[in-house]
Amino acid sequence: MTAAEAKRAAPGVAVRVQGARRVFRARGEPDVVAVDGVDLGAAPGEFVAILGPSGCGKSTLLRMIAGLDRADAGTIAVGEGDARDTALAYVFQDAHLLPWRTVEDNVALPLELRGRDAATRRDAARRAIEQVGLGDAARRHPAQLSGGMRMRASLARALVTEPRLLLLDEPFAALDEITRQDLDDQLRALWRATGMTVLFVTHSIAEATFLAERAIVLTRRPARVVLEHAIDLPAERDAALRGDARFAAETRALYAALARGNASAAA
Amino acid sequence: MSRFTEAVLPPAATFVATTLVAELAIRAAGVSPLLLPAPSAVARAAVRHAPTLWPALATTAQAVAIGLALSTVVGLVAAIALASSRWVERAFYPYAIFFQIVPIVAIAPLLVIWFGYGIRAVIAAAFIVSVFPVIANTLAGLRSVDPALRDLFRLYGASGWARLTKLSLPWALPNVLTGLRVAAGLAVIGAIVGEFVGGGGLGVVVLEAMRQQRTDLVFAAVLHAAALGLALFAAVNAVSRLTLRRWHTQEKDA
Repeated sequence: MTAAEAKRAAPGVAVRVQGARRVFRARGEPDVVAVDGVDLGAAPGEFVAILGPSGCGKSTLLRMIAGLDRADAGTIAVGEGDARDTALAYVFQDAHLLPWRTVEDNVALPLELRGRDAATRRDAARRAIEQVGLGDAARRHPAQLSGGMRMRASLARALVTEPRLLLLDEPFAALDEITRQDLDDQLRALWRATGMTVLFVTHSIAEATFLAERAIVLTRRPARVVLEHAIDLPAERDAALRGDARFAAETRALYAALARGNASAAA
Repeated sequence: MSRFTEAVLPPAATFVATTLVAELAIRAAGVSPLLLPAPSAVARAAVRHAPTLWPALATTAQAVAIGLALSTVVGLVAAIALASSRWVERAFYPYAIFFQIVPIVAIAPLLVIWFGYGIRAVIAAAFIVSVFPVIANTLAGLRSVDPALRDLFRLYGASGWARLTKLSLPWALPNVLTGLRVAAGLAVIGAIVGEFVGGGGLGVVVLEAMRQQRTDLVFAAVLHAAALGLALFAAVNAVSRLTLRRWHTQEKDA
């Protein structure tokens, strides 16, 4: 399948979040406002990084977009309708594979839950496993894989449904630097090949700069948007870019915004 | 093979050594065989009374197997029901604990009144004492399902049945097996107590031997019951090693 065909098969969808607010209430404890009045969006096929300090409500925001959590106020629109009607996929902070299934059966799970037949599942799973470079490990169990390979399997499980929106919640945070950069490269290549919309939550400035077309910087909890910044780097990105002066300039802009977000919330 | 030797040799050596020490000590001290028969006397009784002991063992084993099977099925269904909602759990779990605290010796006569003399009362006794560990462990397993995986199943629109069979139950399997390991030993205890009152099996052999002051035969019968419990325990372990071998890293070393 060529890149152009893939784009036609699963074009990315737009995401629009307006005035989103989420408050967690627990008996006997003060309310926690996780997200407060957040406006953000992504154009169809765009790669957007959502950057913010740890525990700032980024995950809550992503869960609301996925329809896994409900906003207390504001609207969240994905594609034409709501999240449930759109093919979206979610990658968690850890791989979260089913330990009793092989890589192939883990990757095929979303199709199985959607009632696809066995042959379709097998073909799609094998294709997704090849896409993330895990071809040799298809018959192995998660316990036999390294952390990086498990994360690749998790990514393949997300890709198997050919999602029009891919949500990633600090997916590579637990990996070592080399493995992480390797997966970043691969994710960027996959995005370019498929044309899906990607929302990538991270607390790493370098990762956001390398991956995204645009970065949205959030404050400390409750999360608000401090900066929306188009990342001015070529579409073709490789490892060498990380040492480039342009790369450094972009990370400085994001760093300043992140520091500002911290300060404004503290004040 | 070396792993097998590693696992079997130390307990076998302990067994031989203890038996030998007991034999010599009992002989040297001249303890009456009515109080404490020497291991050799117990072995002789076991051989001589094999025609009584083996059918009795078979009867007890049958009651234990059926009781344990009932515990597994009822325990699983009960745990699934209790896990279905916090309200159901709050309403019924306190009464499930009844099975844990019921003094089986005290209610065994009641079981005979309800089920009559024979294997049905014995099965009921084995079931009552062994069902709670299955419920409690399965429930703990069902409750501990990774929230991210629950989210994943929701995201792909999984049905309740798919969530149960493809996520919750497999996730809880190690806990179910832990419950069964405990339940296996308890089921043997329940069955023997049931037989004291309801008749049949090794329980009756123990009572008869006691009345005839055949302490060696009491010991032989008790050892048969212990062997039954041990065999069941080993069977559950074998099942758990086979099924969990590749899933759970911790099981590799267990």
